[in-house]
Amino acid sequence: MGLQSPYEGVAICAPTTVPYVRFSPESAHWWAGAALQSLAQTTGLGPADIDGFCFASFSAAPDTVVGMVQHLGLSPRWMDHIPTGGASGIMALRRAARAVQCGDAEVVACVAADTNQIDSYRQTLAGFSRFSQDATYPYGFGGPNATFALITDNFMRQFGVTREAFGKLCVAQRQNALSNPLALMKRPLTLDQYMSARPISDPVHLFDCVMPCAGGEAFLVTTPEKAEELGLSSARILATIERHNAFAEDSVQFRGGWERDRDALWHRAGCGPEHMHCVQVYDDYPVIVAMQLADLGFCAKPDLPDFIAGNDFTISGSLPLNTNGGQLSAGQAGAAGGFQNLTEGLRQILRCPLGDRVQGAERALVSGFGLVNYDRGVCTGAAVLERQALR
Amino acid sequence: MTKPLPTPKRKDPLGRSTLGHVPPGLRSRAATEMATYAAQGRFVLQSCDRCRSVTYPPRDRCPTCWGTLTWVDQDSGARVEAVTTIRHSTDNFFRNHMPWRIGTVRLDAGPVAIVHLHGDVQQGDRVRMTLRLDRGGNPALLAMPKEETPNMQDDPQLRCFTAHPKHRRILVTDGRSAIGQAIARALLKAGAQTVFLGDADPLMRYPGKAEIEAQEGIEPVSLNLTDSGSVQELAAQLGGRVDIVINTACFVRPGGVAFGAKLSDLQAGFDLGVLGLVRLAQGFAPAMSARSDDGVNSAAAFLDILPVSGLSGQSGYAGAAASAAARLSLLSGLRGEMQQTGIRVLSVLTGPVDDDWHQELPQPKVAPGQLARAVVHALTEGQEFTCAGDVAKDLFARWQANPLLTMREENR
Repeated sequence: MGLQSPYEGVAICAPTTVPYVRFSPESAHWWAGAALQSLAQTTGLGPADIDGFCFASFSAAPDTVVGMVQHLGLSPRWMDHIPTGGASGIMALRRAARAVQCGDAEVVACVAADTNQIDSYRQTLAGFSRFSQDATYPYGFGGPNATFALITDNFMRQFGVTREAFGKLCVAQRQNALSNPLALMKRPLTLDQYMSARPISDPVHLFDCVMPCAGGEAFLVTTPEKAEELGLSSARILATIERHNAFAEDSVQFRGGWERDRDALWHRAGCGPEHMHCVQVYDDYPVIVAMQLADLGFCAKPDLPDFIAGNDFTISGSLPLNTNGGQLSAGQAGAAGGFQNLTEGLRQILRCPLGDRVQGAERALVSGFGLVNYDRGVCTGAAVLERQALR
Repeated sequence: MTKPLPTPKRKDPLGRSTLGHVPPGLRSRAATEMATYAAQGRFVLQSCDRCRSVTYPPRDRCPTCWGTLTWVDQDSGARVEAVTTIRHSTDNFFRNHMPWRIGTVRLDAGPVAIVHLHGDVQQGDRVRMTLRLDRGGNPALLAMPKEETPNMQDDPQLRCFTAHPKHRRILVTDGRSAIGQAIARALLKAGAQTVFLGDADPLMRYPGKAEIEAQEGIEPVSLNLTDSGSVQELAAQLGGRVDIVINTACFVRPGGVAFGAKLSDLQAGFDLGVLGLVRLAQGFAPAMSARSDDGVNSAAAFLDILPVSGLSGQSGYAGAAASAAARLSLLSGLRGEMQQTGIRVLSVLTGPVDDDWHQELPQPKVAPGQLARAVVHALTEGQEFTCAGDVAKDLFARWQANPLLTMREENR
């Protein structure tokens, strides 16, 4: 496998978040429109200025990106639909960046939007995928909580990671969320509260679970010249990876595609985990946060207990992690949950975070994980971002 | 260790019964095909026709070489890799049955599967996998302890996949026959609380009447399946108290189609066997459906015993076979209806039974005790298709392999 071509001539800008709400009677189309409107306010761009459109959603059925383009009055010369949930942000970024680099489009709006109507969560689960419909959800219908409980049960035994260690991650993320005015969780969380929370699907307890909600996220991928013309701060991509259905032979998932591709990522980026100023990883459950930290090279899996104990994951800590609170504390807005790691990482290095700023942050690692098609997450990806210009 | 099932308390007549929800029912065509094997109690997985690799969940092509797939019986061994106890669900059926335990198992046959766990199964255990049907008629993998454990059948999760007679009240339609009596005795032995034993002609004595009626747990009832009024009356009396219905009624007379047949025999056979089945279903199915998740003695199954010749026809017994064919068809329809309400429709297929009306036929024949064992097996396993005796097993296997050939063979 050769070295990945660099992402020259690409600028990422305008991280956008439409404030989440727990339940919304509106549609995914409404939330996508809200994300575009918010993006337009930041950039001054209208429908005619956007010539590339990348879309991710779980709740837009029966529409795909095609329906969304007509619904929202766009006429792009390049578009893509990314149905990979938690990995959709990284994947949208990769695709949009190459489209811009190769001149297939100049201004690509990447949008993720999902609604959360009463009972739509159950309906989404019931028809989520062929394998889950045949072979997971009829088994107790615990949803992702049950699937990740099995993964967590195995992970804790295999690597000696305790509930207290997961609790430390969740408590730190809640601490981070407290400065984010858009986070749905607004009350502090103590380790005692975490430990004494009610069990949902052993060993997963209440504060290991995200709160499904409605919301939208967006960012713009364009050229550095265009970003300058629009007066937008921008970041460059140092390297990216993406992998699907890795390690299919593992009985229970204890690693993801990152482990297979992380050397390529850091080699291309020309730096290592120790050079990251903040880390925004997908956090549907704390076990996946721990898995990503190890798979992306921060420590070996057996060293996770010590690594978690020895670091401070709050915004001012030794390894600022999910600085907006992550999905665990800010809310999981469907596929937008796979974008918020990217928009938050971008915000930190462009000095415009929703909450407190990581001092001196110039580089961010963003990692995505998506789609529990059957018994494990299938899609993984990561990107290393660096500040390009502040405006 | 499984706690023995408590004897159900008397029901509050004013309280509302728990609605009989069924688990989520959306399935692929491949999973539906898996259900046809679950219906026979066979543990199968798909195997590639080219590379022989075994795959799960149900696929439409082999993930190793993209070859076509066929369901094949497999080694049922497995090891439990991870477990969880689900305490929260958005599905109404499972909500009523929390907590619910599932696990990830590595099957000896190769693939990994997420499965229901028997209560005596723990992480790291070697287990015996079973493929069953859930209340909605869909395939379900359930890991059982490798060795027998005390009160194993009483496990609440396992009980959702069976129609076990224990603590249940069961109607056996024809107590006048040796078969009906043998089944009644076997059900009581398997833990049934009450067997309502039908008698189409209570004023006429029958062999064994005094003995069977003296047995504790037997409650004789007047029931004539050829009389709509009689069925309706009994249904009105017992409706909410019958958990399992077992139809043992059968009318067999020798005869062909154009040769050696009496139209009146055919009419009598159809009235009892076919219309009788419909009368029984119309009388009892609605009340049973309303009680399909009503605690320890919830309504659970509608079981029909019928000649296996219904699959193929049978020379010398054309009328009886035709009546059985009609019953098979009606049972398919009833099964589809009852899958919406969580009641199992079970068919016990039998070869010629050892009675006065099968004297013409050579051995082997099915003894009443053998049929009773098959009925108890069908209920304890929740199995849709059970063959009683070697003749039925042989014909069913030939029919599955080649239905048209079997029809020719059976009508020579």
